[in-house]
Amino acid sequence: MEVKPRKDADRVVTRKTPPYSPQTSKDTQEKEGMLPERAEEAKLKAKYPSLGQKPGGSDFLMKRLQKGQKYFDSGDYNMAKAKMKNKQLPSAGPDKNLVTGDHIPTPQDLPQRKSSLVTSKLAG
Amino acid sequence: MAGAGGGGCPAGGNDLQWCFSQVKGAVDEDVAEADVISTVEFSHSGDLLATGDKGGRVVIFQREQENKSRPHSRGEYNVYSTFQSHEPEFDYLKSLEIEEKINKIRWLPQQGAARFLLSTNDKTIKLWKISERDKRAEGYNLKDEDGRLRDPLRITALRVPILKPMDLMVEASPRRVFANAHTYHINSISVNSDHETYLSADDLRINLWHLEITDRSFNIVDIKPANMEELTEVITAAEFHPHQCNVLVYSSSKGTIRLCDMRSSALCDRHSKFFEEPEDPSSRSFFSEIISSVSDVKFSHSGRYMMTRDYLSVKVWDLNMESRPVETHQVHEYLRSKLCSLYENDCIFDKFECCWNGSDSAIMTGSYNNFFRMFDRTTWRDVTLEASRENSKPRASLKPRRVCAGGKRKKDEVSVDSLDFSKKILHTAWHPVENIIAVAATNNLYIFQDKAN
Repeated sequence: MEVKPRKDADRVVTRKTPPYSPQTSKDTQEKEGMLPERAEEAKLKAKYPSLGQKPGGSDFLMKRLQKGQKYFDSGDYNMAKAKMKNKQLPSAGPDKNLVTGDHIPTPQDLPQRKSSLVTSKLAG
Repeated sequence: MAGAGGGGCPAGGNDLQWCFSQVKGAVDEDVAEADVISTVEFSHSGDLLATGDKGGRVVIFQREQENKSRPHSRGEYNVYSTFQSHEPEFDYLKSLEIEEKINKIRWLPQQGAARFLLSTNDKTIKLWKISERDKRAEGYNLKDEDGRLRDPLRITALRVPILKPMDLMVEASPRRVFANAHTYHINSISVNSDHETYLSADDLRINLWHLEITDRSFNIVDIKPANMEELTEVITAAEFHPHQCNVLVYSSSKGTIRLCDMRSSALCDRHSKFFEEPEDPSSRSFFSEIISSVSDVKFSHSGRYMMTRDYLSVKVWDLNMESRPVETHQVHEYLRSKLCSLYENDCIFDKFECCWNGSDSAIMTGSYNNFFRMFDRTTWRDVTLEASRENSKPRASLKPRRVCAGGKRKKDEVSVDSLDFSKKILHTAWHPVENIIAVAATNNLYIFQDKAN
């Protein structure tokens, strides 16, 4: 007796994601989305050639941990002022979040302390 | 994929039609930083709705009782209490400014007449008691007419004061301050089902607190590497299981979720379950890790499932299956071809939250252009709605919105390039029982209800 092989149509397929979403599995989604995502990556690399290979590295996360807090050490500031005398203090530069080397935040770089507290407009 | 909105079929139950109910907040174009809403949370019964903002303030709304003489205000939320929860601080030791922005509010289950909530900024958690006072004691004979205290030796008669009714006064007082336990920024708090403890999570550590004890907390998860150069991921959100007091989950910036069982060991650095969706290595790009970062994790009310929000999608996981989510819902897939500019303007780091409805049959999350998305898990329908003052006539039905990713833009569709990325809906909340939702659009709070309500 000839045994017919089972056809794919005979197999029961369990649905993993809702049918309305054309990206029914992450693989398909990744493949379809790969072109735009890679194109976007190429755009970014073209604009910023010095961008590191892996964004998930520790520099990136360290920035996240510091979350844009401003550092101001009055001791450093005054010592730098005394050293420089008449010369200008190095200004904050484009990236105010970095605290490295000679970069010393100046009072102008610091965010202003908030004024007196007012009732929320949601309660108005 | 072209249109990202549903085909006009509302989500969230059988034939639900969402309508505008109320909007709170100022109309002015110039939004003060302090007025930006940073968290929204319904109480367990849904009669109170709390919001926190960047200015450290909490505003609590209460649902009005049904009143036949004022049918229009039935079910409306009106201001109940408002107070300054946190203030800006300066850590002199580290020269750090600590923002007063309220990151999260969590209600405690109601046990008496007073209501309790936990509110947290980056460093300090506070337990607030909100109580009502509607009686005043009158008739003391301890002071004379000028209000000065009388000499006790001259008081010869005993007079018992009488309690008289007064206008309702709602008082908020800080009952506990849980401070100095976090080196990094607190992103989550979660009250345990035992109603005695709660967790607080920052980028690298999770602490367990007892609600009565403020000078001590127990560290249960610590992912800080011995050498910070080896840091590869941070904790992005954490939550206790709704019924099992020994179970908690925390999500990471790498898109993984770890479930910990506090019975297995005192320190839960080793997870009990590890949830990660397998990735096709050939599709990996510079953006892969960033967009896979989980910005929110929420258990279903049933406790059987959990939902995670990453940049482009919402995933539902069965706690019994670690290998992949059981559902993946695309929120705004059309943004995949905009990742470069979204990285440049930092929007790619926006932390969207997500929420379940009371019966776990639907989920909701926010997007840009003041759009928000709802997915019905039983009918497989999804819809995109907009929180806008243009659509704010009382009980006006919300029209489904559609985004056109490319090609010909149909009438009523919004093109991807005209989306306003400054109008982001990061915080949404769903009433625990009814079909009422609260949507925070920058400095405005929208409340929408199901037409049947």
